[in-house]
Amino acid sequence: MSNLADPREGNQYLFMGNEAIARGALEAGIGVAAGYPGTPSSEIVESLARVASDRNIYVEWSVNEKVAMEVAAAASFAGLRSICTMKQNGLNVASDFLLHLVGSGIRGGMLIIACEDPGGLSSQNEGDSRFFARMLEIPMVEPAYFQEAKDLTKWALELSEELKTPVILRSVTRLSHASGNVRLGPLPPPPTKARFEHRGPLLDFMTGPMITGAVVYAHSLVQGKAAKAAERFESAPFNTYQGPEKPELLIITSSSCYLYSREAIRVLEVEDRVGILKLGTTWPLPQKLVKKHLRSTDKVLVVEEVLSFLEDQVKVLAAEVPDEIGIKKFFGKKSGSIPSTNEQNPENVIGALKSILGIEYTAMTPEYSALAEAHVAASSPHRELTFCAGCPHRASFWSIHNALELDGRDGFVCGDVGCYTMAILPTGFGTLKTCHSMGSGTGIASGFGKLGQFGMDQKAVAVCGDSTFFHAVMPALVNAVHHKSDIILVVLDNGGTAMTGFQPHPGLHIGALGSGAQNIDIAKICEAIGAEVEIRDPFDLAATQETLLDMMRRGRGAKVLILRQACALSPEKKRAKLFEMAVDESLCLGEQCGCNRLCTRIFRCPGLLWNSERRKAKLDEVICTGCGVCSQICPAGAISATKKNRQA
Amino acid sequence: MKNGTLSKDPYNIIITGVGGQGNVTASRMLGSMLVRKGYFVTIGETFGASQRGGSVTSGMRVSSSSIWSPQIPQGHADLVVALEPIEAIKVLSKYGNKDAKVICNTRPIYSVGVISGEQKYPAVDEIKKAIDELSLLNIFVNATERALEMGNPILAGVILLGAVDGTGVLPISRECFREVASETLSGEALEVNLRAYELGQTLAREHMGA
Repeated sequence: MSNLADPREGNQYLFMGNEAIARGALEAGIGVAAGYPGTPSSEIVESLARVASDRNIYVEWSVNEKVAMEVAAAASFAGLRSICTMKQNGLNVASDFLLHLVGSGIRGGMLIIACEDPGGLSSQNEGDSRFFARMLEIPMVEPAYFQEAKDLTKWALELSEELKTPVILRSVTRLSHASGNVRLGPLPPPPTKARFEHRGPLLDFMTGPMITGAVVYAHSLVQGKAAKAAERFESAPFNTYQGPEKPELLIITSSSCYLYSREAIRVLEVEDRVGILKLGTTWPLPQKLVKKHLRSTDKVLVVEEVLSFLEDQVKVLAAEVPDEIGIKKFFGKKSGSIPSTNEQNPENVIGALKSILGIEYTAMTPEYSALAEAHVAASSPHRELTFCAGCPHRASFWSIHNALELDGRDGFVCGDVGCYTMAILPTGFGTLKTCHSMGSGTGIASGFGKLGQFGMDQKAVAVCGDSTFFHAVMPALVNAVHHKSDIILVVLDNGGTAMTGFQPHPGLHIGALGSGAQNIDIAKICEAIGAEVEIRDPFDLAATQETLLDMMRRGRGAKVLILRQACALSPEKKRAKLFEMAVDESLCLGEQCGCNRLCTRIFRCPGLLWNSERRKAKLDEVICTGCGVCSQICPAGAISATKKNRQA
Repeated sequence: MKNGTLSKDPYNIIITGVGGQGNVTASRMLGSMLVRKGYFVTIGETFGASQRGGSVTSGMRVSSSSIWSPQIPQGHADLVVALEPIEAIKVLSKYGNKDAKVICNTRPIYSVGVISGEQKYPAVDEIKKAIDELSLLNIFVNATERALEMGNPILAGVILLGAVDGTGVLPISRECFREVASETLSGEALEVNLRAYELGQTLAREHMGA
């Protein structure tokens, strides 16, 4: 049995932050969890799906974040507790619904879990969604470590139900994807009953319709709930202070920045000079508590990521009550003490403390540092991102790139978010030229396709993944077809949401809970929309390239090419080679090859190496997945692919 | 040092490698072993895009008193476990110090720059010399080759975990590994993992004795 649903209170496990959040949701007795995959949020729904039948909960990977939030809201309207999960970009997608949901309020406790990625470790932005809490006036909590992630999830769901407002729980990569000790609390009996009461009076949000009319009245209720939340936050156990009674410097912080601050204080040994006020509830600010601590010192350092959110609120508060707390000197983003881009770390806080307190400290002796740097410079090749060995995207972009070159009109590819984003790099032959939000490659290509009247004849090709197709591409394709825009959409269908760990999507027979989902055929949808559709295997380079070139050369209008081949990391493929690959050294021309090592210099699959001693290509038997594609690109026919019997 | 105490608190371990080598799994197994022994463990991991051929590093803090930052302060690594030799040097350049200990797999994973001939991958002897100069103890283990002999390259991570045990720097044991491994494995898969662990113990002990 999974440790996540262990009913034995007091047992202690190593949980990832996301597992701790999932456990907190179970301890709060949720009935429904919905989300859309996105690093670093995905493991919450995945973990809950594994224990769903034990705990009688419904779990789904929704088509996108907005629908995930709607699914979770329905559960809340029917009296169940629910969560929805997403990465920071997802909260933007869902925010249209959230704006309305705040107005109608909710019934069963409902937690919106936004897992953010300061520094963009696995993202194309480092959006700070804490501002949604302030803009929409809903309470927000931010756990700092693993035990708190569990406890605060449960507490926030209870608060949400009590105040009848959705609550945001904000996590970051260094919590969601870090792991640490979690001591289990009790599990309640699984929920069994859902019912939506809707026959009550029009403005009775507990028994009447859930609507967002009566705007001003509803807005006043929202502000009343926020005021109550602020009161509750004053005594919340997640707001703690550590340090001397009268610190020389007070750090105000939240989230993982609390741990960086503690670390900096330990490393610099300034425990008797610096105090930390850690806030687990960050909107609305618990003003009395903050004022009390502001009174204890003259200097305040705010440590947070990414933007100045807490800092602004604390400064506004200080400006309102100078006679109560005195005049403060503030350090943070505005003073330049803490960077206002990228994630934080112990070094940033150490740097701020050194300069504010006037301390000398270097992490390494200059001798060690110089020696290490010399060794890195001499020996350490940079690891550029690459498609995995056997990745269908490498083959797809090989063909797209070649077809665009043969077409000869300086065409280009518009893309979006997924592994295939890496086609901006040499691993995808630098083919991708625009990259923005989910599905935006198709919308942008739709726009490019209408610029013919301005003399633009470059061919615009859009790419999207299969999961992205359902998430946000369909409306853009409708737009392109309706407006007869001259585009080719290439759907890179690798059979799952590969980038984030292979979650299912509506194109598959399986859902978060396993088999039994209704699959929806991408080709049929595209045909129904009115696009010409072709399906190819990207591992068949010649057929793919020929089809693409034909599509480019034929008349105007939107066309769709579905390139279908499972991800090299997919469970069905893992460690099962399609072909046994071999290099015939007697045929390999090495540098004498007309293309000067086309295979290792340009195609650059990690499974195929350049043996610089023998001056020949060489297979790496550990890394090669036996996809067979490199045998098609070798001009000398030196790479052979022998069909293997598939092994599971 | 198997009396259940730490030589330093927090004790800082970095497990590094390249996406797909299984270092995230190895760090979680080691972390679970230490939680079972009653320690507070924090592991910071970077994965996502870095699964695709990039460096993947897990930083682990072990303490008898509390959780610490998932990012280790620079210059504060006590033990570096590298599934890929070059990655050990990269980690030492940021987190190393003259007292750091290193356990390192010998098998290189070439970056695409090396594959394409744009960059050079240094000889293993040069890497070994560099690590020697940057550490107090450096155990090189041909873990991938030994794992391939056992039937699966992914066992390299378990061999290195066994080697960590063999050095005696952490209060862990084969029995503790068995308990954690049997949460997810059984039958022959569990047996082969136990054999890999034992092999790592033996290789490290031989090195320490030499």
